[in-house]
Amino acid sequence: MTDFAGVLSYVSFFMVFALINGIAVLGLNLQWGQTGLFNVGVAAFVAIGAYTSALLTTPAVAGHFGGYELPIVAGWAGAMLVAGGVSALVGFATLRLRSDYLAITTFGVAVTVGLITQNAERLTGGSFGMSFIPRPFADLAQRPLAFALASVALVGIVVALVYLALERLVQSPWGRVLRAIREDERAAASLGKNPARYRLQAFAIGGAVMGLSGAVHAHVIGFIAPENYQSSLTFQVWTMLIVGGAGSNRGALAGAVLVWALWSMTGFATGVAFPADEQARAAALRIVAIGVLLAAVIVLRPRGLFGAASGPAAHAPKAAVPTVSGETEG
Amino acid sequence: MSLQFFADGVIAGAMIALGASGVTLTYSILRFANFAQGEFVSWGGYFALSLAGWIGSLAASAIEPLEPLSVGWSVLLALLVAMPLTGLLAWLLDVALFARLRRRGAAIALVMASFGASMALRALLEVVYSTRPAYFSRELQIAVPVGHGIRVTPDQIALLVTTAVLVAGLHLMLAYTRTGRSMRAVSESPELARVIGIDVARIIRITWFVGGGLACAAGVLLGLVVQLRPAMGFDLLLPMFAAAILGGIGSVPGALAGGLIIGIAEALAVQFVGAEWRAGVAFAVLVLVLLIRPTGLAGRMAG
Repeated sequence: MTDFAGVLSYVSFFMVFALINGIAVLGLNLQWGQTGLFNVGVAAFVAIGAYTSALLTTPAVAGHFGGYELPIVAGWAGAMLVAGGVSALVGFATLRLRSDYLAITTFGVAVTVGLITQNAERLTGGSFGMSFIPRPFADLAQRPLAFALASVALVGIVVALVYLALERLVQSPWGRVLRAIREDERAAASLGKNPARYRLQAFAIGGAVMGLSGAVHAHVIGFIAPENYQSSLTFQVWTMLIVGGAGSNRGALAGAVLVWALWSMTGFATGVAFPADEQARAAALRIVAIGVLLAAVIVLRPRGLFGAASGPAAHAPKAAVPTVSGETEG
Repeated sequence: MSLQFFADGVIAGAMIALGASGVTLTYSILRFANFAQGEFVSWGGYFALSLAGWIGSLAASAIEPLEPLSVGWSVLLALLVAMPLTGLLAWLLDVALFARLRRRGAAIALVMASFGASMALRALLEVVYSTRPAYFSRELQIAVPVGHGIRVTPDQIALLVTTAVLVAGLHLMLAYTRTGRSMRAVSESPELARVIGIDVARIIRITWFVGGGLACAAGVLLGLVVQLRPAMGFDLLLPMFAAAILGGIGSVPGALAGGLIIGIAEALAVQFVGAEWRAGVAFAVLVLVLLIRPTGLAGRMAG
């Protein structure tokens, strides 16, 4: 009985974290999969969501910004609003330029948000991070299985809501314009659709969804710190989307679960195979493995497992950056 | 007030400029933002470290410091070997990954592939060398006064001279040699370049070797005046991109100016805001350039 309960709560927590990552992957899918926008700062938008929700919901601390003790739902809404707002600003500054300037700028956002989480102690707690973030089922903490099941149910509901909302959005006239812009920007523009505005909206909504992912994570754990939001998180979310298949929301979630399973299994394997003082090295080895997996999928199966037939790998914004096509084979 | 911070900014800026000249070259010819360029800096530095150690084990005299520098000729020889070696790494990555995507015409997938390659290459360095900092030399150098209250070490002067020689050499090569002219032609239009008989595949290969070699030099100099860390190239990536865009993609003098401006701006930030915010300067410069003049100072290739 206890064994079964242990396995069940392990599986529940596995799904909790896979699905929280899945929320961020859904956000990235709207930006990259549906619109072809390249965001290298996923971790930054997740962090903005986590810290915003923490600031809004934690009890006040002397000499510290925030501490409004708002309900968790208000924290999540605030997280989406702020992460979406920052995304809109970034998009406003770069979306009219060539497509890889957006990539470089989002990379800069990641570096800068990293600095703020690390150094702005009155706002983010610096390297100590923020604790006492209210957890939705704190009163169940004494009963691990009940706590795990309640958590997975809550996260499942959030994921389902985000998934349905995004599916509706993609099927709506707005989503059709987005696809039209992706396939042929000039044709869409000639029909009176302003591509820049649609791109900006998609980028902002995607950023808001990433912010929600960070906020949900913060409240499940109850504690956040800068090292949660390194570039390896961005990398992980990207790998999930590419493996699952860019352009498909179902693929995004499947990729999240699959890559999280691989990540957990390799973590378990290196934990057993390497001595304690070699663990940093083993963690790096896992990233090498995931990097090779990502590169292999991009080259060998660009549509991923469940990718849409006309995924972004097939389209790529052609107008902005012509590729070197004069190259001879061999 | 001492002008020391200004000198520190110029020295940091020279390293950024060296890396940025490689970025601006590969960016204008290969036409994508290569996130693995920072890893070429780190790998170049560690290639040279291992080679220097190996040379030192063969000939003990090789590690005797060449006064007034802090390192012996083992490091100088290692630099000369590590530069083409890093170029080879860059070219192999192109063959294994980028060339396949280029043939498919997936421009933005190239950026993503380079981001994945960057993570994997950096982690691989951590596996091999661990995250502990490494040094070419344990010698302590005395900084010599050069006027106006500024002191610099001989290694720092060597860095400035090396940067000047490499950047000037790259500029002259692009301006006056046949290969350089072909490179500029490919950066303008690969299709037209091929029509007039330029071997585009050869130009791409040369571009990777030159870009990798410059990154390696930046890594070795960074290791010489600061230290070697697996993340050092990744940390240099944003300043390098910002300098290349500020200078105007494709312009080597622009990359030099951009690197120096960012280095000096960082020094000003350290002086007046606080050292912990230094890494945010490149982002601020980048955003300003993109808002005000996205074609950069030289404004030749962008658009």
